[in-house]
Amino acid sequence: MKTLISLTINGELHEVAARPNHTLLEVLRYDLGLTGSKQGCDKGDCGACTVLVDGQPILSCTTLAAMVPPDAGVTTIEGLAGPDGLDPVQEAFDRCGALQCGFCQSGMMLSARALLDETPSPSDEQIRQALGGNLCRCTGYTQIFDAVRLAARIERGEPVVYDPRSADGYAVLGGRHRKADGHLKATGRAIYADDISLPRMLHGKILRSPHPHAEIAAIDTTAAEALPGVVAVLTGDALPTTYGVIPWTMDEQALCTDRVRFVGDEVAAVVAVDEETAQRALGLIAVDYRPLPALMTPEEALADDAPLLFPGRRKGNLTKRVALDFGEVDAALDSAHAVVEGDYYFEGTAHAPIEPHCVVAEYDARGLLTVWSSTQIPHYVHRTLARVLELPADRIRVIQPALGGAFGGKSDPFGHELVAAKLAMQTGRPVKFLLDREETFHTHRGRHPMRMKMRLAADAEGKLTALDSDITIDGGAYTSFGLVTTYYSGQLLTAPTGYATYRFDSKRAFTNKPPCGPKRGHGSVQPRFAFEIQLDKMAEKLGIDPIELRRRNDVGPDATTVNGQRITSNGFLECLRVVEEASGWKERRGKLPYGRGLGVAGSMYISGTAYPVYPNEMPQSGVQLRVDRSGRAHVMCGASDIGQGSDTMLSLIVAEELGIDPSKVAVTSSDTDLSPVDLGAYSSRVTFMAGLACQEAARAVAAKIREAVGSTLEVPSKELACGNGRWFWLRDPTRGVTAAEAFVLAEAAFGTVGATGGYRTDTSLGGDYRGGTIGASPAYSFTAHIAEVEVDPETGAVRVHKIWAAHDCGFALNPTLVEGQIAGSVYMGWAEVAMEEQTFAYGGPNPGLLRGPNLLDYRIPTAVETPEIECFVVESLDPTGPYGAKEAGEGPLHPVLPAVANAIHDAVGIRLDTLPFHPARVREAIAARAQREGGS
Amino acid sequence: MLRIADTFVIERPRTVEAALALLATHGERARLVAGGTDLLVNIKHGLHAPEVLVDLKAIDDLRRIDLDGDVYEIGALVGIHTLAAHPGVAAALPALAHAAGLIAGPQLRRMGTLGGNVCLDTRCVYINQTPRWREALGFCIKKDGDTCHVTGVGKKCVAAASNDTAPVLWVLGAEVRLVSPRGERVVPLDGFYRNDGERNTVLEPDEILTHVRIPRPAETRRVAYQKLRLRGAIDYPMLNLALAFDLDGGEVRDPALVISAIAARPRPIKRLPEGPLGDDLVEQFAELAYKQTRPLTNINADVQWRRDMVPVLVRRAFAAARGEPHREATGELVVAAEASRL
Repeated sequence: MKTLISLTINGELHEVAARPNHTLLEVLRYDLGLTGSKQGCDKGDCGACTVLVDGQPILSCTTLAAMVPPDAGVTTIEGLAGPDGLDPVQEAFDRCGALQCGFCQSGMMLSARALLDETPSPSDEQIRQALGGNLCRCTGYTQIFDAVRLAARIERGEPVVYDPRSADGYAVLGGRHRKADGHLKATGRAIYADDISLPRMLHGKILRSPHPHAEIAAIDTTAAEALPGVVAVLTGDALPTTYGVIPWTMDEQALCTDRVRFVGDEVAAVVAVDEETAQRALGLIAVDYRPLPALMTPEEALADDAPLLFPGRRKGNLTKRVALDFGEVDAALDSAHAVVEGDYYFEGTAHAPIEPHCVVAEYDARGLLTVWSSTQIPHYVHRTLARVLELPADRIRVIQPALGGAFGGKSDPFGHELVAAKLAMQTGRPVKFLLDREETFHTHRGRHPMRMKMRLAADAEGKLTALDSDITIDGGAYTSFGLVTTYYSGQLLTAPTGYATYRFDSKRAFTNKPPCGPKRGHGSVQPRFAFEIQLDKMAEKLGIDPIELRRRNDVGPDATTVNGQRITSNGFLECLRVVEEASGWKERRGKLPYGRGLGVAGSMYISGTAYPVYPNEMPQSGVQLRVDRSGRAHVMCGASDIGQGSDTMLSLIVAEELGIDPSKVAVTSSDTDLSPVDLGAYSSRVTFMAGLACQEAARAVAAKIREAVGSTLEVPSKELACGNGRWFWLRDPTRGVTAAEAFVLAEAAFGTVGATGGYRTDTSLGGDYRGGTIGASPAYSFTAHIAEVEVDPETGAVRVHKIWAAHDCGFALNPTLVEGQIAGSVYMGWAEVAMEEQTFAYGGPNPGLLRGPNLLDYRIPTAVETPEIECFVVESLDPTGPYGAKEAGEGPLHPVLPAVANAIHDAVGIRLDTLPFHPARVREAIAARAQREGGS
Repeated sequence: MLRIADTFVIERPRTVEAALALLATHGERARLVAGGTDLLVNIKHGLHAPEVLVDLKAIDDLRRIDLDGDVYEIGALVGIHTLAAHPGVAAALPALAHAAGLIAGPQLRRMGTLGGNVCLDTRCVYINQTPRWREALGFCIKKDGDTCHVTGVGKKCVAAASNDTAPVLWVLGAEVRLVSPRGERVVPLDGFYRNDGERNTVLEPDEILTHVRIPRPAETRRVAYQKLRLRGAIDYPMLNLALAFDLDGGEVRDPALVISAIAARPRPIKRLPEGPLGDDLVEQFAELAYKQTRPLTNINADVQWRRDMVPVLVRRAFAAARGEPHREATGELVVAAEASRL
């Protein structure tokens, strides 16, 4: 029963009826509408729910609201800004780019606030310690540390100068601008899916399989339906149509009808008046399972007598095999001066965004379905809803609210989205499904476990002559993007370090685990790890510096790779030069005392794929732009801002082309009713493709303005320029009009001023062979990292002191955001080296049970141990990209893993081939080496 | 999100006597709560379903730190952060302050209490999970099941003591003051902990731990704490140990070494020698500790590695206790092995 409790929040006394079992977080968010405090982990592991009580940071998710004394002063993020504007902490977080997805930052900023209240001039170590209980998944903490230092400077009254410079030749681009949604995220006012609450809304829960593999013989929902408070129960019969993100491999169902394929597979759903009732109802659903043998490895799954996950499927448990040859690999291997071999293993990892999946669906009286979902691809959700619900697409609207981290994990259309929509239609009431942390781990689509065997050949001069790669991929229960993964595991390895001949044979198998999918650096992080270690081994064997070996085999710009990919710009050599110099490589590598070492690695990544996921002739990205007489521009684009800043990118391009300040550009994105289709935030495509579409639209609008202004000023239109809020004559800049006046002139001349832009696929790209288009991208980014490690030989602990990260993004439209992407990528890659792994069972009786699917057992790094990351932006000005820009969000992840591996070799002479590098593994390898050397 | 399934009544007594009366009235249906950092998560996980929560936070008497007498007395409600940051504690009991500072993260240290940490429930990879997960496992002996998945045999729960303060308090010779309607008793830590993961203390359901009493250490006493963990914050220990000895003219006297995060009860290492402090003695300690320590799969880390870390941590604890340079990297190392000395 609810009781009346009093809480003093942000100086205001609230009386609220709350249940004694409700936490402070639930009362803040759901009773008082203070949704700035976030729910990430369910149970005190992540810090997103941090609030201050009497100035001290505490976790509101493990504090009962009724246990907070009425006179205790609770401060939430909504109370941080004062009447004069943002708190210095908020200001600094915004300025420094610390607000990527923003989901963890309410709590982070409050922890920072508490630190600065106690310690006005904190040391770097104090900052790390104070933020140690707030996990962030986007930033790698780097820009957060910058922000706390900046806030301290502001508060100490030290002069703070913000660098106003844009790049040469631009009024806006290349400058360090705030994010378009920075203020919203700084103040906790950005609305994420779970912040949405609609009148009469129902809450849903999903019943999931406890078995890794079983037939469903019967489901009885009678008792659940009878529970008071339950409004509807759904089973798979209501949504039998299969779906999947790739049109050729639609093998998922919203709720399983006859078979479950992993622990966590969805079986039934309940909506009720509240979450607790829905949860209770799940326990009343009786499912008669007939367990089948669980296949936990690709080897088991591909064995001749293995039971099939999809009975009758022609290729059995083999999702896909790609075997491609380029040149005479065997001959090259036979005649090589040197061959190095390796057998590498990458354990699967999860995205672990701090925001769990959440969806709200509403079906209104007109028969229009609206779905707000924490997706990074609204368009595919839209298509899938239409297919599975058998509803015309014109009856469906999908909106992506602010998104609390994705990293690829929110790319697939999901069962909970379909179920929420169906139940909203069925009940006529809004429906919300908020997955808990464990369910988010079950939803998965994380990085595939891969076993990679490689042979690399070189001649005596260190020219690489052959790479032979054999890859086995553990796909989990469904295909998801697996077709692409299988190709990418081979196709994206052929630059920047090239070789004369190439063969790869990649096989992806179904197993009874949560389905794998695209995680930041989809498909290529694992083979890149193997290949770059191979290069290090080869350099050692040939007695060549590893950087020099990469230089000798650099494919260069304007090149075609061995597998037929077209390279345009290529800044890899510059990336190498920069990190070589910054790290003191020449003086230090190989000369550091035992236990300390440096390692290098490089990589490339795509800027979008030349071909869309489903074949069509329409633009991959569309933009509509209009300007109005107030002087404001409004850009609409389906691109998903998932924290990376694509809304900001659009606003900067419009501001540049129209001569206005970015704050005068409104952005409406990822709303299928309001914004033209963009295929979503994946494959590092957004800046490149939406950027070009936006540039096209903005230039079309600018042409009209130019013509109208030229005619008014009586000067040739082509001699007009714009910037800083004005349109003016280049020959006499005093002759001009304000941008708002210019928009008025254009509207008077042409009527309402607007234009569209679109990015279309260049269909000539890719190799001329089956599958040659997969991996084909209009432009590739390049990266080089050097890592410095210290290995504790007694414990096996690897401390990464620093990573120098140089990334060729073509052109940095906003360097702060590019650096944020580099640092975040480096962090995420390092996390996969240091500790992250998705493993199963612990040896217990249920082989398909995930090991601790929560943020305590699945450890993601904290601010304390994350390495220092120094970012270097290299600009190669790509001839095909918007203003020369290429991707920055995924490429910089790749080299971290092998760079750390190579540094460990430099430090203690061991080669590690299995990730992650647990201290136990490192120590064992050190012991094995000692034994080998002692014995020889 | 993971919600607390069932509701309860929250009582907020202002005195120990009132709290005891509530326990006497409600018996096993009631649970004590202070910081709630352990209990509330366990309730979310369905490990307890109390009908009454007795919130101790309003009992101001239990919030005192008394470092004046020959026996220090610290109230059960003293916060972990307070212990870690209190200048008096840092001066009088630096190893305890050090251990407290290594607990969880900044927020949980501000919520959690000394009494809560001393009474922390045992932990295991198979138990600290959601009800759905535990059901898919088939449950275990600690709650709702009849099998131990760690040992695969036997009927005894081997969930691990995971408190950071317990080993330090133990080697400091601490006692806990327990009160109940039957009166008061003072129990030394080695009598307080039991080797049963289902219930690893002798605390009775109607009893409250009110104070921790620590005899003032002699000037010659050296104490060090070491914690093994993968991250520099948040994590429970994968292994921890505390070492204490008198250093008298270069001779080690009256040594104590307690290793925990292994089984339900922190393990005192037996047959520790006395003698001149030097590498020989350190290696004897390291070897004894290794021989008497057998980590299990109850904690999410390689078992043999954890065992191999025992002598490493013993050596580092000695180095710390001797004030010698040693590898100590609070939160910086991927594995942070920290130490302090008195």
